[in-house]
Amino acid sequence: MEIPYTTTARPDTGLYNAKIGIWLFLASEVMLFGGLFSAYIFLRIGAPEWPGTILGENFASSFDVLSVPIGTFNTMVLIASSVTVVMAWAQLMLKDFKKFRYYMGLTILLAMVFLVVKGFEYNDKFVHGYFPAEGTFLAVYFTLTGLHGLHVLGGVVVMAYLWGPGAKMWETNPQQFTNRVEVAGLYWHFVDLVWIFLFPTIYLL
Amino acid sequence: MASENMTVEEVHKHIRVYLTVFAALAVLTVVTVGVAYIHMPIIPALIVALIIASIKAGLVAGYFMHLIGEKKIIHGTLLLTFAFFVAMVALFLFAYYDQAQVGV
Repeated sequence: MEIPYTTTARPDTGLYNAKIGIWLFLASEVMLFGGLFSAYIFLRIGAPEWPGTILGENFASSFDVLSVPIGTFNTMVLIASSVTVVMAWAQLMLKDFKKFRYYMGLTILLAMVFLVVKGFEYNDKFVHGYFPAEGTFLAVYFTLTGLHGLHVLGGVVVMAYLWGPGAKMWETNPQQFTNRVEVAGLYWHFVDLVWIFLFPTIYLL
Repeated sequence: MASENMTVEEVHKHIRVYLTVFAALAVLTVVTVGVAYIHMPIIPALIVALIIASIKAGLVAGYFMHLIGEKKIIHGTLLLTFAFFVAMVALFLFAYYDQAQVGV
């Protein structure tokens, strides 16, 4: 069975189906992260101090628990990856497959850098005994950044597929492949958007 | 955006926009961190942080995600999502302040 409207616009929506699909998925993701953000706001306004006491030590600011320079670095990495993924799509629009591979590869590399840095951050917390169970601040930090990290990992898997075996479609159906890259890019920008709000609210406030 | 119908010139124009937006996002990130080091009280700090984050989010959504010029059905879907998100946050806050008033 042939899947309809993979390359042509569906008459009633004016868009190819995957684009509607990804936006509906992203809408559900807004509610997922929105629910967790709401919980964070709820917990924070109810807390007498923030981050408060962790393992018997009192912290007046999240600056004292988390590394702002590392968080800033990772923010820059994710923003850069958002540019490279849209550049990868633009190269396909210009029919330059080699440059697509270059920019998509760069995006995957940047995503891996983000995850490795996050891994070092987590490890630094764990060696000091800072686990999610040690306080509301840490529970919020690990839940939100952990879920975001899983989304980054999911993005890496999809983009690696499009960079590697999935790229064969460029030979047989270049428009559908370009659309797939666009849709993956939309997801990736959403992951960046979530971090744009996570970074200041968790690291800087 | 009818991306499949873009000409080569249009794509090159878009690429220039992407690079400009990238520079703006980088500058705004530095501003966010710089403002945080001023250590303002929580409410003004929260407002400033959210304003800058919203500008950054607008740039990403508008230009990288091509929301500017996107079909109305996408705008409608996002508007509905935003309304549900606001309702969810409001429910949390109403519940909190209701409990606080009762003194539970």
